[in-house]
Amino acid sequence: MPEPGPDIRPVPFRGGGFAPRSVRMVGAFVFVALIAIAEIGTRQGWISALTLPRPSDVLATFGELWDSGLLFKHLQPSLTRLAVGAALGASIGISVGVLIGLFSYIRAGLVPLVAALFPIPKIALLPLFVIWFGIDEGSKYALIAFGTFTPTVVATYGAVDNVDRTLVRMGQSFGLSWWSIVRKIVIPGAMPGILSGLRVSLAIAIILLVAAEMLGAEYGIGAYILEAGSLYDLERLFAGVVILSLLGVVVSAAISQAEKRLLRWRS
Amino acid sequence: MAAPRKGRRRTPTYLMELRLNSVSHAYGHTEVLRDITLTIPEGQIVCVVGPSGCGKSTLLRMIGGLERPDSGEILQVGAPPAGCLNPLTYVFQDFALLPWRSVEGNIALALEDHRLGRTRERDIVAGVLERTGLSDFARALPRQLSGGMKQRVAIARALAVNPAVMLLDEPLSALDAQTRELLMDDLVTLWTRTPFTAVYVTHNLAEAVRLGHAIVVLSRRPGAVREVVEINQPLQNRNATDPALEARREHLWQLMRDEARAADAELAHA
Ligand SMILES: Nc1ncnc2c1ncn2[C@@H]1O[C@H](COP(=O)(O)OP(=O)(O)OP(=O)(O)O)[C@@H](O)[C@H]1O
Ligand SMILES: [Mg+2]
Repeated sequence: MPEPGPDIRPVPFRGGGFAPRSVRMVGAFVFVALIAIAEIGTRQGWISALTLPRPSDVLATFGELWDSGLLFKHLQPSLTRLAVGAALGASIGISVGVLIGLFSYIRAGLVPLVAALFPIPKIALLPLFVIWFGIDEGSKYALIAFGTFTPTVVATYGAVDNVDRTLVRMGQSFGLSWWSIVRKIVIPGAMPGILSGLRVSLAIAIILLVAAEMLGAEYGIGAYILEAGSLYDLERLFAGVVILSLLGVVVSAAISQAEKRLLRWRS
Repeated sequence: MAAPRKGRRRTPTYLMELRLNSVSHAYGHTEVLRDITLTIPEGQIVCVVGPSGCGKSTLLRMIGGLERPDSGEILQVGAPPAGCLNPLTYVFQDFALLPWRSVEGNIALALEDHRLGRTRERDIVAGVLERTGLSDFARALPRQLSGGMKQRVAIARALAVNPAVMLLDEPLSALDAQTRELLMDDLVTLWTRTPFTAVYVTHNLAEAVRLGHAIVVLSRRPGAVREVVEINQPLQNRNATDPALEARREHLWQLMRDEARAADAELAHA
């Protein structure tokens, strides 16, 4: 029998993790798996057709929407509202956020106001917006803009606070003008925070878009969903919901692209 | 202060010197600087050494006009040289490069507000890149550069505005020892080719005796001038093993040791 030698083994590995990588196709796989389960379940009957529409039926409804041209009729006003409202809200939000980040008096005056506005469910204010901006598009733009505004402001001034002050001092020491410092140092430095804030703000904008359309619009994805829902037409309801999800995915992908482009200096 | 310098390639273009007249400052109840009177002669490097927390950085911020002293005054004597875009120019310890701009972009940042025109701007950038040996890195982003390279970029950026006085706050202390040697050589070469005026704050006495025409020793907080040591040996002839310089370094260390020990204990109690 060999002599029991000293215990030899590799040093246990304890590193790794905490560094998410981008893994391709897993996201798509999750979607496909869930849809496949729903399809098989509704076909075999262990999911009742009353509780969940069959994915293939939803797809068929989607096809009808496309063929009849209704898809575009609903999508076009929705996208316009989203674009106008979110652009307004985000641009005003970023400007105000930068001002709060830079000026003590503006900060002292506006931070409590923003804190007071943030938790208000913006939908509750829709009647007010209707009175102020009219029953048409104006009130919808305002609602979406307002909803995008608050989270954008909070994200932006946080991001401005986090800009490395030594870079600002450097700018001053080279005699850069105030505007140059803001444009070339503060805003690019705050850009990572602003973009991750926009991710949240734009998702909120989509939620508000649907809410606004449910409360009064002839065309629009929200109106379409509301109509389907009141008729308990689950296929159409889901077709509408899928459109919204796709919209969310597209917006999120667009922001990822913007991050890739604007924040190339980081990684 | 020093003997007239020989071997200059151009007629002197720096006409500006700085004078500090009994500058004192306190932050709240903490007295930081006491009655500092100094002259920074044109074309010379003045090193400032002193124990931690004695107010060196504060003094430099005041010289550069980023902060006001409670009392005393800081005077510019004479006009900045022709073509000077930013008379008092900093080089920071942590480089202060914009991570989203390339090397040439970072240097151009200092020029853009002066509306020099594209070609002039490009010429200046190319010129300082050449002087600091960075021409091959013009397009690189700061994150791709080593610490030594980053500080070279910061020095190039400072040279680009043709300063009357360069203000360097521990410019080499974030670098490893070998890189520090290389950058000191670079600074000596730069100065020998075209002398510049500089205030150079450092903790490192070897740096001070290598680069300083005059070395100002500050006492512990509140910082006051303990002694000004002048070294007349030309910069390009100094080297690390020179016994005369070693003696100067030893002398400086004697001056500072007790102050440094006391300052250290003080910080520990604070
Ligand atoms: N803005 C400020 N407000 C209050 N106190 C300050 C401020 N800046 C510096 N101090 C204090 O003034 C003293 C001198 O600071 P300073 O940074 O000038 O010292 P230093 O000599 O550069 O130190 P070090 O060698 O560590 O770089 C320190 O005690 C510091 O805490
Ligand atoms: Mg300091």
